[in-house]
Amino acid sequence: MERKVTLACGDGGELAHKLIQQVFVSAFQNQDASRFDSAFLSLESGKIAVTTDSFVVNPLFFPGGNIGKIAVAGTVNDLSVAGSIPLYLTAGFIIEEGFPLEDLRKIVRSLAEEASAAGVRIVAGDTKVVEKGGADGLYINTTGIGVQRAEHAIRPGEMQEGDDVIISGTVGDHGIAILAARGELGLMTDLQSDCTPLNHMIDKVLESGAHVRMMRDPTRGGVATTLVEIAEDFGAAIEISETALPIRNEVMGACDILGFDPLYLANEGKVILIVARNDRQRVLDVLRAFPEGRNAAVIGHITGMGEGRLLLETPLGSRRRLRRLSGMMLPRIC
Amino acid sequence: MPALFEPVDPGVAKELARKVIQLADRYKERTGITPAFMEVCGSHTMALARTGIKQILQGHVRLVSGPGCPVCVTDQKQIDAMIEVAESENRIVCTFGDMMRVPGSKRSLLSAKTDGRDVRIVYSPLDAVRIAEENPDKEVIFLGVGFETTVPVLAAAIQLAAKKNVGNFSMWATTKLVQPVLRELLTVKKVKINGFLLPGHVSIVLGEKAYRFLIDEFRMPGVISGFEPVEMLSAIYKLLEIITDNRPAIVNNYKSVVRPEGNQAAQKIMYEFFEPCDEAWRGMGVIPQSGLDVRGKYSRFNAKKKFNVEVGEPKKTLCRCGDMICGIASPEECILFGKACTPLHPIGPCMVSTEGSCAAHYAYMRKDG
Repeated sequence: MERKVTLACGDGGELAHKLIQQVFVSAFQNQDASRFDSAFLSLESGKIAVTTDSFVVNPLFFPGGNIGKIAVAGTVNDLSVAGSIPLYLTAGFIIEEGFPLEDLRKIVRSLAEEASAAGVRIVAGDTKVVEKGGADGLYINTTGIGVQRAEHAIRPGEMQEGDDVIISGTVGDHGIAILAARGELGLMTDLQSDCTPLNHMIDKVLESGAHVRMMRDPTRGGVATTLVEIAEDFGAAIEISETALPIRNEVMGACDILGFDPLYLANEGKVILIVARNDRQRVLDVLRAFPEGRNAAVIGHITGMGEGRLLLETPLGSRRRLRRLSGMMLPRIC
Repeated sequence: MPALFEPVDPGVAKELARKVIQLADRYKERTGITPAFMEVCGSHTMALARTGIKQILQGHVRLVSGPGCPVCVTDQKQIDAMIEVAESENRIVCTFGDMMRVPGSKRSLLSAKTDGRDVRIVYSPLDAVRIAEENPDKEVIFLGVGFETTVPVLAAAIQLAAKKNVGNFSMWATTKLVQPVLRELLTVKKVKINGFLLPGHVSIVLGEKAYRFLIDEFRMPGVISGFEPVEMLSAIYKLLEIITDNRPAIVNNYKSVVRPEGNQAAQKIMYEFFEPCDEAWRGMGVIPQSGLDVRGKYSRFNAKKKFNVEVGEPKKTLCRCGDMICGIASPEECILFGKACTPLHPIGPCMVSTEGSCAAHYAYMRKDG
């Protein structure tokens, strides 16, 4: 087989068949689904959860992961934080002509491994090849299907004054790891992206019986934007403390140099949980038992219901309002 | 679990803030004047708002933002010219991130990039030289704005380009010097302040000695400050002590990195490749010998000489960035602020730059919305 993906690989003919068999089917090992034009899924009764996401990360490979891993983590986490159990994934690939086959194999293998680790099956897929210049290497879309939990569901309606805001680990690792991996800003760091599926950890938190009101994963827009959305969606006044935020020194250092605010950096393996104050310790204990939850911390609490807003308490004790990320973050001059 | 990043014990900063307020109130009781200090560094503007110092001191100490944000002080015509440079085929324009969204009379570099112009953000001008080497068939132009902090690195880029003879590299420099603008503020603009919070980064290059003229000519005190909450608060405290005792002095409160004589290697390379020139400042007009341009000897690397760029007179707007950088107006006093002018739709550079006073105010101190 050619060492690069060619346009003919996407035309539905012999080469396309070969590509699918040798790269995708062999990695996914899910022969039953490949004999029909659609996959047939068994679902328990109850509500079905569906989410879809497209991944256009640059660079495709970065410390701590690659686009394949993130395509699983992103979609699995979206299902999981909504309080559903992720079961199936579909994966669509848009590949630029000339893409190295070896890289494609690595990405597909990684996607398959992460799906298997997360306990979800890849049940349908698609491949398209576009002309050179028509795409930047490779894009992936994944759609996730799960079932809503009957037991241990999240209860946003019970959100109330005094609830704690917990984050499952350090803030901004993915954002800075990606920036550094682009190599354009002269940043050198060993920092790894936090990209990982969180469903097993989240399952354990919910199964502990803790009262979890709400969960979201603070991806693009970061912790601040995610919390502003929660505050506005549920009319909650949220206050977080700057000194309570777990931030790695590398991330803080890079932010100081570039003029970024870690609260607005993307995360790909973190969950924010709003939990009843009485269950704070139980949730922290469960989270910290997982490597991806080792640095979990309480970062704030809900100070009242009614007007939705997010405040940050600075180390000096003053409070300022945090808002959505406004435009993109650009590095500063000096 | 405690935060992994703990710069300084917050208790120390809180105690210091209390002492600052105490001393400021005592000064006001005695003189009837709320002490006013001007920060002349964009990073201070941002840090004062982000850390909450500005909010905590409100009503006790007036902190006025001065001309410290590099893109904010850049004359609109220069901004237009720098954007115009990017409009031709076969050019790669490299710049610092802050420049991307600065609105020109016609458009910004970001919108030029969206339309397919090759505009790249680099963190170091040396990267632009490398890009020029990698693209020998294209002209690579670095847009260099900045104060003395940035100029030595701009000089290093020209040095590298000269050494490697990279003929397709050039620099459009509109750089600014701190001393002439401080003098201008005190003489022509007659700003009413009691002292300067002097820029930490610029002082690393210039050293303490650069500010002696403030005492000799104006009896105006200044304290060189770092950027951590405790450093800024203790600098403000020192300023209050100085004005309370009425013994004007320049104090170096950032001794860990600022030396009396500054960084002489940086000064040397700066003046080897650059020479003083008259510069136009936003809202202030031309200040004689207030900028640096590429030395005549290296004019083959001077984009202003290399390319014939003509731009008309800039469009007039209601934007008060010019007043903002002189400390004459505060963001809330501009009728565009937060309404027509936001970070997503900036009218003036103060709303764009991560060091701009309007951007700082919008992000950290805005009251409604």
